[in-house]
Amino acid sequence: MARLVRVRRRRRARGALVSGVLLAVVLAAFALSLTTGDFVIPLADVLATLAGGGDGGTRFVVLELRLPRALLALLVGGCFGLSGAVFQGLLRNPLASPDVIGVSAGASAAAVLASMVLGLSGIALSAVALTGALLTGAAVYLLAWRKGISGYRLVLVGIGIGTGLSSVISYVMTRSDVTEAQNAFLWLTGSLNGRSWTHFWPLFGGAVVLLPLALVGSRALPALQLGDEAAGGLGARVERDRLAMLACATALAGLATAAAGPVGFVAFVSPPIARRLLPGHGAALVPSALVGAALVLSADYAAQHLVPGTQLPVGIVTSLVGAPYLLWLLARANRVGRGG
Amino acid sequence: MTVPLSPPGPADATRARRRHGSPALGAGLLGAALALAAMSVLSLAVGSGDVALHDVAAGVFSPDRSVHGQMIIQEVRLPRTLAGLLAGSALGVAGALMQGIARNPLADPGLLGVNAGASVTVVLAISVLSLTEPAEYIWFGFLGACVAAVLVYGIGSLGREGATPVKLALAGAATTAVLGSLTSAMLLRDSRTFDQFRFWQVGALNGRDLDVLWQALPFIAVGGVSALLLGPSLNALALGDDLARGLGQRIVAVRLTGAASVVLLCGAATAIAGPIGFLGLAVPHAARLITGPDYKWILPYSALLAPALLLFADVVGRLIARPGEVQVGVITAALGAIPFVLLVRRRNVVEL
Repeated sequence: MARLVRVRRRRRARGALVSGVLLAVVLAAFALSLTTGDFVIPLADVLATLAGGGDGGTRFVVLELRLPRALLALLVGGCFGLSGAVFQGLLRNPLASPDVIGVSAGASAAAVLASMVLGLSGIALSAVALTGALLTGAAVYLLAWRKGISGYRLVLVGIGIGTGLSSVISYVMTRSDVTEAQNAFLWLTGSLNGRSWTHFWPLFGGAVVLLPLALVGSRALPALQLGDEAAGGLGARVERDRLAMLACATALAGLATAAAGPVGFVAFVSPPIARRLLPGHGAALVPSALVGAALVLSADYAAQHLVPGTQLPVGIVTSLVGAPYLLWLLARANRVGRGG
Repeated sequence: MTVPLSPPGPADATRARRRHGSPALGAGLLGAALALAAMSVLSLAVGSGDVALHDVAAGVFSPDRSVHGQMIIQEVRLPRTLAGLLAGSALGVAGALMQGIARNPLADPGLLGVNAGASVTVVLAISVLSLTEPAEYIWFGFLGACVAAVLVYGIGSLGREGATPVKLALAGAATTAVLGSLTSAMLLRDSRTFDQFRFWQVGALNGRDLDVLWQALPFIAVGGVSALLLGPSLNALALGDDLARGLGQRIVAVRLTGAASVVLLCGAATAIAGPIGFLGLAVPHAARLITGPDYKWILPYSALLAPALLLFADVVGRLIARPGEVQVGVITAALGAIPFVLLVRRRNVVEL
């Protein structure tokens, strides 16, 4: 008994330590993206500007250009990371992240149709993308439903729906003129270039509501992860809880997609990283969100400065970093014989 | 990962054979061939140009190019139909083969990164080497498909258990993402390449030279024949590696031959039609519903049903957006999604 308590205490200490370190990394990346750019503003000046001081030029650069972009990166990463952790945890499948099962594709298809066919922009576009994500998520869930949800059936249905939606996107891109198609393509890669407060507020509003909901709902997660029968036996209302959490996670992914496009691999790769940092902690929702935020912040920083004179979209960097990491993870897990 | 993913055991195979019997399956195969023939005729006879029915037959067998209808058949519809036949067969067989050698219900050229590999090298060829004709840049697509397949299978099969479904699918997803972002990075810097690529990317059968088909044909023939010969070995693989080895199968050799055939088939099909998703995933599952789990039957059924579906989709695409058309890749995705979802909802397919 005393041993169990000791193990628990050590695990909790490790959780706090890892979360603390992740938070520090996020803050450092955030500070870096506020201070550096075409010209460097010392951290003290940035802090003074945030507190209301600073001269006109600094105020403009920090408050109008860098702050909204950094906040957006932070939130987009956090939303994708949390969303991926909820999906993968609930469906007990490492493939079941919103980008794999078609939710991001649904948001993208809706947004591309809305902007290229209907000419929408701004909050209307965000709303359409969110609707697209939720509709796709609902369709995937309903189509995969068969006396309950099995992780693999949902992944397969999601891949099917996602493939269909991607081809719709490709088709719309062949029907429009090349500049428009190229803009859509840039957005589809996942980009924070030229984002301002107008992109930030819809995401912020959604996140303020959804993040706490997801975290409260996550209390049911450990029971659900035992499997449907065991969870039902423990008194969990399996389907209701799962549906509520999935809806939350879908909306988070949809809002993040609306704000920055389907930034590749963040939702897929953040939860495994968090789980590796904290083995035995289940789905590790908060660390996943922090990993996502750190990932998008640093990837966006790299995207701006990696190739001088070119602003790459952040999605290219997250994919170029995230996917080899996953390959490495696979190769490593395979060598010790735990590769699924 | 607790969901069992091994294919149905030998008991299922015996049951299926008892239920259907070889003669019935043989007759079914004949029916599939007839359906394919009907779709080919439909593909020749229907389209936006005005072609009289008697010009269709004449245009195929003894074309008189001064007659407008016969010229359309010779120049447009015949190459298009042949492209559908070749690319469809190749994708159907490749999908069945992939599902067999990897024992993976999710195996598909799109999912396992083969299409992404083809895309990235095609973009390289268009943007760096300034190639403009499909007949020139298709071979780069072929090369990319090979590299991606080798990469995905290599990473997926590291370790003790070899290429398990989950490892392969993860390796495929990761490779697709890496290659996809490389493709995007190149396309975003170069709007001329992007303009060409967006039409290639949807997957289409129109505008293909007969030259391209002739170039692709030997690869499809070699890949297809070796795939059909692998049927019995795939049945043994389905029992699991240990049992297959006990039955005297050289499983490494079988997997390598199978993978080589997949690369030949997918590369050639992508060269002909661009990245067409779904066909390789959905058709073998549909074939399995008819034949049971015996790969000696699944492979030929897939070879006939996939091009029939592809041609049907192409005809639908010509009709629904007149006077323009919807590329066949879009239609296969839309048409393929419905039976695919129905298939996935059947318990035995999900646990294949």
